[in-house]
Amino acid sequence: MSTASHPSPTPTLGGAAARHTSAARTASMAQALNSALRDSLREDPTVHVLGEDVGALGGVFRITDGLTAEFGADRCLDTPLAEAGILGTAIGMAMYGLRPVVEMQFDAFAYPALEQLFSHVAKMRNRTAGRLPLPITVRIPYGGGIGGVEHHSDASEAYYTSTPGLHVVTPGTVADAYGLLRASIASDDPVVFLEPKRLYWGKAEFDPAAPVEPIGRAVLRRTGTSAVLITYGPSLPVCLEAAEAAQAEGWDLAVLDLRTLVPFDDETVTRVVRSIGRAVVVHEASGFGGTGAEIAARVTERCFHHLAAPVLRVTGFDIPYPPPMLEHHHLPGVDRILDAVARLQWED
Amino acid sequence: MTVLDHRHHTGVPGWMPGATAPRTDPAPLLPDVSPVRVLGTPALEKHDPALLRELYRRLVVGRRYNQQATTLTKQGRLAVYPASTGQEACQIAAALVLGERDWLFPSYRDTLAVVSRGVDPLEALTLLRGNAHTGYDPRASRTAPLCTPLGTQAPHAVGLAHAARLRGEPVVALAMLGDGGTSEGDFHEALNFAAVLRAPVVFLVQNNGYAISVPLSAQSAAPSLAHKAVGYGMPGRLVDGNDAPALHSVLTEAVERARAGGGPTLVEALTYRIEAHTNADDATRYRTEPEVDAWREHDPILLMDRALRELHLLDDGLAQDAADEAEALAARMRAEFHADPELDPMALFTHVYAEPTPQLREQAAQLSAELAAEAEVQH
Ligand SMILES: Cc1ncc(C[n+]2csc(CCOP(=O)(O)OP(=O)(O)O)c2C)c(N)n1
Ligand SMILES: [Mg+2]
Repeated sequence: MSTASHPSPTPTLGGAAARHTSAARTASMAQALNSALRDSLREDPTVHVLGEDVGALGGVFRITDGLTAEFGADRCLDTPLAEAGILGTAIGMAMYGLRPVVEMQFDAFAYPALEQLFSHVAKMRNRTAGRLPLPITVRIPYGGGIGGVEHHSDASEAYYTSTPGLHVVTPGTVADAYGLLRASIASDDPVVFLEPKRLYWGKAEFDPAAPVEPIGRAVLRRTGTSAVLITYGPSLPVCLEAAEAAQAEGWDLAVLDLRTLVPFDDETVTRVVRSIGRAVVVHEASGFGGTGAEIAARVTERCFHHLAAPVLRVTGFDIPYPPPMLEHHHLPGVDRILDAVARLQWED
Repeated sequence: MTVLDHRHHTGVPGWMPGATAPRTDPAPLLPDVSPVRVLGTPALEKHDPALLRELYRRLVVGRRYNQQATTLTKQGRLAVYPASTGQEACQIAAALVLGERDWLFPSYRDTLAVVSRGVDPLEALTLLRGNAHTGYDPRASRTAPLCTPLGTQAPHAVGLAHAARLRGEPVVALAMLGDGGTSEGDFHEALNFAAVLRAPVVFLVQNNGYAISVPLSAQSAAPSLAHKAVGYGMPGRLVDGNDAPALHSVLTEAVERARAGGGPTLVEALTYRIEAHTNADDATRYRTEPEVDAWREHDPILLMDRALRELHLLDDGLAQDAADEAEALAARMRAEFHADPELDPMALFTHVYAEPTPQLREQAAQLSAELAAEAEVQH
């Protein structure tokens, strides 16, 4: 299982820079997400949580731990086991003015709800000329690296990023988990909030009193001059590790954490890539038709004359997610990332 | 005390005597063996004459609406029209039984129900005209957008009704579906959620015998579609869907039951689609003329006309009034749809998100440039 530890962001690089540390505490990403839900439920009476096992159990990952006890079943609802029904019901609730937060139990178990998501959640504002916005947050634990058996490890982000009308947010740090979930719930647009489940248990300091991060802004987690690793969510710690290891090879790698896939922060990505001139996109989802393909294309279109080498992608293979004993061959690791960095035409 | 406090379990192991939680007795949930009828029965005399005349008037106007919309497709004024000709009793009853604060969740065939709810035909038909997905304000009219992905509107009705109940507001949601739609997973999930949450919802299935070309026998082996209710723990009602007063009373009971906290009801209305599936469909490939003719004999307006005249509740004068109103609507539709709709291509980007993303702003600029170039060429 991958590490969840990561260096705290350099203060001058934006993102978490504005945080004050007075109420800072150490928590796991799971706890930070739980705090975000609790604080949202407390502050806004229209927020309602619903999903499978979110009540007494607190969700299979305990993200909703204690919420039904504190707010009652009306606010944190154990639903029947039917994902289309859960999301469809949330749509109706949002139509009546509530702000539902839906929990999907695992990435692959969100698929029964895709018709509701694609045909209604993503389109309702548009198809009603803005009259029926749906402020729904769909939380989905995603990705591999936890030794999960079949159907428990899909990196499913491309399905969502290729659907206009959805915002797609994925935190890579404990602080972002809190701040971005608060921002997602507060958003009047529907948000697919992808939680990298292999980072759930890693602890770091975060400050719930810090200003809430806006969605849609990438942040530089590490400065560097040789090349930039563009990544998000579950691959962020791997990239930071790779950047550490790269020093031994004489490469000074920057790491850019996208945090939000839609809307995509072209501005920051373009600025960073133009200033460095070499880029590798890293994600664990399959490469073909993946989010990295879009990012590489955008970067090439916007930064062509600043690039010293083609933008490379380091991704999972184009295979169904492997059995747990083989998953480490699939997931991009430090070596695969450094191999890509080595191919960035240094001889020129 | 919360709304959902009725959901609890005994906590006693299932093998212990008397441990099972009290289960629902299925008998009272079962639909009548034969469909509920009012027209041509003694029950008719108990109905309010004013309501009966109102139903008649709406049926006549509704039929004319269907005919005019079909004609508009032939003139190229509508892209497509799935007519509810023959199903007008279901359409108007669904709208009539709802109060102002209640919500209607129509499926794609139900524009007449939307119009009966008070939405202007020009606004109700934008989807089928092709100028806008939803031309009316769903909040102002308490009418959800016409739903094309079959069955998917049913859970929305449940969620809305559930939300209203959580807020202590006596709002009922009525979802309209077809017989084919009952095979969709969303139908099942919606009924199950509604029953578990005891949501104030009424599901109205217009069983017109076909899903495009596929007959009910190939769609379901259930004793009736109304019987499906029993499996979820809610009452199922079977009603003659061409008998407007019967529909009105069955739906009113269901709405009142929901409003009083009694939970959801599934109503199956037996009806028939006299026209083809849409103007683009060839119904002769899957059904026979004698079958259609038999249903023409059981036409909702014909049945109503006959029964009301027998009771002296309808005369030629009232019939003419209704016909005049119908003609006026048709004339208004012809006039309004004759003009080309105003289209604003730049509005394509306005409501994708609350604020356009940077990418959408760039794309809007691109389209704007394309439009400018087009305009240049035209000059
Ligand atoms: C999910 C989905 N599958 C397929 C279709 C295409 N389709 C449109 S109408 C229709 C038949 C619907 O039959 P029924 O539910 O009985 O309604 P009716 O047309 O008789 O009013 C089909 C298959 C659709 N709209 N949605
Ligand atoms: Mg049908």
